[in-house]
Amino acid sequence: MLHIVNKSATERGSLESCLAMATKGSAVLLIEDAVYAVTKGGTAAAKIQAAAADLKIYALGPDLAARGMSGRVLDGVNVVDYGGFVDLVAEHNSCQSWL
Amino acid sequence: MSEMDDMDEGSGIIKKFMFLNRKAPHGTVYALEGLEVVLITAAFDQDVSMVFTDDGVYQLIKGVDTKGIEVKDFSKTYRALDGYDIEKLYVDQKSMDARGLTEEDLIVDVTVLSVDEMANLMAEQDIVISF
Amino acid sequence: MPMVDIAGKEYEVDEEGYLIDLSQWNEDVGKFMAVEEKVEMTDGHWEVVNFLREYYAEYQIAPAVRVLTKAIGKKLGADKGNNKYLYELFPYGPAKQACKIAGLPKPTGCI
Repeated sequence: MLHIVNKSATERGSLESCLAMATKGSAVLLIEDAVYAVTKGGTAAAKIQAAAADLKIYALGPDLAARGMSGRVLDGVNVVDYGGFVDLVAEHNSCQSWL
Repeated sequence: MSEMDDMDEGSGIIKKFMFLNRKAPHGTVYALEGLEVVLITAAFDQDVSMVFTDDGVYQLIKGVDTKGIEVKDFSKTYRALDGYDIEKLYVDQKSMDARGLTEEDLIVDVTVLSVDEMANLMAEQDIVISF
Repeated sequence: MPMVDIAGKEYEVDEEGYLIDLSQWNEDVGKFMAVEEKVEMTDGHWEVVNFLREYYAEYQIAPAVRVLTKAIGKKLGADKGNNKYLYELFPYGPAKQACKIAGLPKPTGCI
């Protein structure tokens, strides 16, 4: 399953809920304000790094760039463009958006 | 640009306004709307402070490139505030620390305040407007 | 959105005639907007229009008149950085007229 999160992890609990529910081998794509979670030095960084052991973590590049965060992405996170977003949706049988 | 700048503001009463920004840019419209309200308020010669706490500190990050999401890069507009005589910009130390940010990451000069200092600043305002 | 034909090219404008996509701006567009505003463009007019475009490129907003006046005074001298000079160039207001000619969006807070 592909999980998509779009809310900031320092404002809402949707990333935490997502990580708790995502089963081993699932993909998690962070977009919009959720991309701050994959940046170095933040409180969500440890959670992301722990989760990356069992999950594939992706973040949308244009959203990182628009927030000045392109240079701060944690190791082990895959940055994708809009084409990559479409590929992820196509590759997975189902998508869950954590609105 | 506003023609109403030229009007006589009349009353001459100056109040302390705090604009409290707590949202990240782009994901919601709060940051941009808040900034526009501040720019309009500047025409009325009030005592304006802009405060950035929680995800609001993300509004001031430098090195932004919004071409990919096709929206205006309004981070540049914070640098115009000085020309509008809005010089009191404050960020919350705790919010910066929680996000791994330092003053060098910001596009404008700010004063960094502790939680206690921020609380005192808020307490002395006449009006607090939250975005 | 209405379209206008300027020198054989189509441009999208809003209901008040402001250019929608400022990246499309060129001198022909400026001249067309000036005719609409009944402003006869001189070097002095272009100086203000170009200043506004530079200001917008740097800060992503059109400045308030007070801010424009101060900034022009700094860059072009005190004899130009005053309301009298700017209103002589643009009698119906630098906000309304110079921004439109410069291809900038309708200014924030402009009634």
